Amino acid sequence: MTISDYTRAPSVGTEQPELAARLQKIWETAPGIGGWLSTVDHKEIGLRYIVTAFAFLILGGVEALIFRLQLSWSDRHLLNPEQYDQLFTMHGMTMIFLYAGPVLSGFSNYLWPLLLGSRDMALPRLNALSYWIYLFAGIFLYAAFAIGFGPNDGWFNYVPLAARAYNGGPNIDFYALGMILLGISTTVGAVNFVVTFMRMRAPGMSINRVPILIWGTLTASMANIFAIPAVSLAFFLLWMDRNVGTHFFDTAGGGGSALLWQHLFWMFGHPWVYAIVLPAMGMVSDGLPVFCRRPLVGYSAVALATVATMVLGFGVWVHHMFATGLPNISLSFFSAASIIIAVPSAVGVFAWLATIWTGRPVFTTPFLFFSSFILLFTIGGVSGFMTGSVPVDWQLTDTYFVVAHIHYVLIGINVFPVAGAIYFWFPKFTGRMLDERLGRWNFWTMFVGFNLGFFPMHISGLLGMPRRVYTYAEGMGWDWINLISTIGSFVFAAGVLMLIWNVLKSVRSGAMAGDNPWDAPTLEWATSSPPPPYNFVVIPTVQSRHPLWEDRLEGRPDEARSHPHAGLVLEHGREAIGTDPLDAQPDIILKMPGDSYAPLVFAIAVTAIFIGLLLLAWWLVAVAFVGVAATTIVWLWPERALGETREPANG
Amino acid sequence: MRGGVPWPADHYLDASIAGMFPLRDRFGEPHVEKPAASAADGHTVELHASINPSGNLLWAASSLAPLNYVTGASGAKAGETLPLTWGVIAISVAVMAIIAVLLALAIWRRPGIARAPRMAVGPDEGGANFLWIGVAVSTLALLATIIWTVKVLAEIGKPPAAPGLVIEVTAHQWWWEVRYLDPDARRIFTTANEIHIPTGTPVQFKLIGGDVIHSFWIPALSGKTDMIPGQTNELWLEADKPGTYRGQCSEYCGLEHAKMAFVVVADTPRDFAAWRSHQIAPDVTPGGGVLASGAAYFRMKCGSCHAVRGSDAAGVLGPDLSHFATRQMIAAGVLANTPQNLSAWIEDPQGIKPGNLMQKPELSAEQRGQIVAYLETLK
Repeated sequence: MTISDYTRAPSVGTEQPELAARLQKIWETAPGIGGWLSTVDHKEIGLRYIVTAFAFLILGGVEALIFRLQLSWSDRHLLNPEQYDQLFTMHGMTMIFLYAGPVLSGFSNYLWPLLLGSRDMALPRLNALSYWIYLFAGIFLYAAFAIGFGPNDGWFNYVPLAARAYNGGPNIDFYALGMILLGISTTVGAVNFVVTFMRMRAPGMSINRVPILIWGTLTASMANIFAIPAVSLAFFLLWMDRNVGTHFFDTAGGGGSALLWQHLFWMFGHPWVYAIVLPAMGMVSDGLPVFCRRPLVGYSAVALATVATMVLGFGVWVHHMFATGLPNISLSFFSAASIIIAVPSAVGVFAWLATIWTGRPVFTTPFLFFSSFILLFTIGGVSGFMTGSVPVDWQLTDTYFVVAHIHYVLIGINVFPVAGAIYFWFPKFTGRMLDERLGRWNFWTMFVGFNLGFFPMHISGLLGMPRRVYTYAEGMGWDWINLISTIGSFVFAAGVLMLIWNVLKSVRSGAMAGDNPWDAPTLEWATSSPPPPYNFVVIPTVQSRHPLWEDRLEGRPDEARSHPHAGLVLEHGREAIGTDPLDAQPDIILKMPGDSYAPLVFAIAVTAIFIGLLLLAWWLVAVAFVGVAATTIVWLWPERALGETREPANG
Repeated sequence: MRGGVPWPADHYLDASIAGMFPLRDRFGEPHVEKPAASAADGHTVELHASINPSGNLLWAASSLAPLNYVTGASGAKAGETLPLTWGVIAISVAVMAIIAVLLALAIWRRPGIARAPRMAVGPDEGGANFLWIGVAVSTLALLATIIWTVKVLAEIGKPPAAPGLVIEVTAHQWWWEVRYLDPDARRIFTTANEIHIPTGTPVQFKLIGGDVIHSFWIPALSGKTDMIPGQTNELWLEADKPGTYRGQCSEYCGLEHAKMAFVVVADTPRDFAAWRSHQIAPDVTPGGGVLASGAAYFRMKCGSCHAVRGSDAAGVLGPDLSHFATRQMIAAGVLANTPQNLSAWIEDPQGIKPGNLMQKPELSAEQRGQIVAYLETLK
């Protein structure tokens, strides 16, 4: 180990109670509301992300149940068209932007430092900022809905329908500004993951030893950094078109382009779809092998496939636009790309299958969710493959077939792994197990309800039912099939409620879990449940992908063992070890910032800017800008505690 | 609510304002139950059912689900696409079945023992062949599909013969303006929501988005092409047998996206020529009696938006109603064209199609009856 000259060489030691007590004092968040508002603990932030995302999942789910009632039979009048339009838009926006991405950010925020054997994320205050802005953006978007002006042109928000000429209310202004605000949250969160990956891994955790979840979130974060500018720009241009008279999307003689919106939106939108599934696939890749009692088959292939999916994912956005009249030559290219992107997905599917096949599966609730995910992933994959074929897509697109597809992707590849991940990591989060018996009921209700609700949508799609219709006429052949879908969606909702019930029940009365209830191999299970604020008493040292299974995996020579409970002692204030990007050799002691109100104040000030822009209240925008600037100064103000100091004892 | 302007329920909306602010119902307003098509009329139209030529099973499926695109394709374009559609469905179902079987076998092959205090851990070996064989087979199937796709795409990219007819369709919120182009300007005419084409010859469409983006879709004849303001998209299709095909807007276009359908009638070339000549000819304005007063009321109350060739009504904001009585449907595929439905529509267009731009005209029942009687003469 080499430690740079300008800092002390940390001592090496084992876990000692007095050391733990000292670290507790250094790292713990102050009790009370002050601590609650100022904490930068990644575990607290992660849990807030997950809880908030689930609140939005419930809202989005209720919206869907209401319009499923409307669609349960032809010519129903539960909703008028405007109500339907706001509901389906809010549903899509909520699930895609306020649930599916943030819930994975929550898991990654909680788990990353634990998986990596680190004390925190690289940029803890930025982490807090990311959460607060997410929360405020969600409230901002729902404020629109609460006062009757919810976004109403679909989550994809095509122009010119979203232009002022066709949508004069504030609905779309709320949506545009809320999405830009949310983009800030996602971007700073993504930057934090990338920096954390590069600098915060435990000594010895070279990039071929990180769990697949790390690969998934890293890949998603890199994608977000490149993709979000496109959508933020699109929404900003739209806001300017609507409010300051620019003509970017003005098709009525203004020289603007309707397709410009679609390109900007889908250049973001398709990578985003991968961003909200790859970390979930990562959770399965890490969780499933635990219950197959063997390591994942094809670690390198799966890691590379994760990255390959994302790279290809930037080259397929036009498959959302096959019917827009583009020339056949470019359609052929994007068609081929959209079909070939299934290859890395196949790598994942066969790796998971082989892991079960060659393992000894243990039928726990997480295993049920993770293994059924493989089938749902396959169904969502093949329906996506079908839409990749242009002539077929010209029929499939904008029918319920695509509704079925997107739900197999987002529920099958996000919600099912997330539910499994809750069963898997809840013991780590809380120190208690979820109820297994209720868990089985939970799984089967969700599985049956989901397939009953959404598989028939493939059929209604093939029978020609268009998307985004508030009703349909009798005699179209869609009545019974929609009734089945509606019943299934309610069964599915009951399953989700069981999950929430299980969490609420078990958090108080679940069986005690212990450090490692599943006998799992990765570092998060090496610390207590729930983990202390400092995560690890000493920084673990890693020599394999499975630090806690090494003594039982055959073929491992004894000399290179990981040390989950012995390593660097860092106790001079909040400290973490910085390691180099590839091999994770330690090269610096990082001084970590303490709890701070700056992220919350910054988030409030930024949100105030957007409220000002919404109201066209320029004075508010100006005041809020000053607030942002002032908070930035406070945030960046040099602190002695964060400086590298030469210790007299070592100096 | 869209537009920020209250809905003037009892007044004609100034047409220019209507164009700028397509108004929507105020959110939260209780929905007023209105007689739907079936209630007003006692029957809705099942298009394919009425023209079922062969009575075979596929046609039965078509009549049960008139917008389906997995049975009953007609013409070169849909005919080329349908085998590819079934091909990718077959591949997909096969993959699904294979994975489901493998998954079930994998799970129940040799389960481990749960609840052991410290469960065994197997070595990191085996399974790699599973991975590579699976990926190799998948890749071959994918490559084959790409080749098939590109081949079909090339085949349907151009019509097999020069198109015998060019029709310009402009989509509006929420109806279709149909213009038959012709080198001879006197033979150009406009109609709405019902398109007649001759069988056995490719027909070229010029597709225009009149306000927002819509999409032109006749599942039995062709896939979708978007109609985008600011650009003209082209589409060809061909029907090989006479019949009535249903079309539908398939890009979300606002409040009444759901009720924006149309009808395509494929006629034999001879019938089509007769239909076209008839459409070009103006309607006859009745000389006297009830029909004449109906025509007068129509001109007064409806003529600023609707046109009838041969009369003084020449509005361009709504559908052209020349030869209206020859059409199968009204309100863009929403109601069967019967006198009862027409009367119900004129009485309360907002009840049947909430948010559409046609306002409830101020008419007595008698006046409405006379207008209906007049429109029924527009053969």
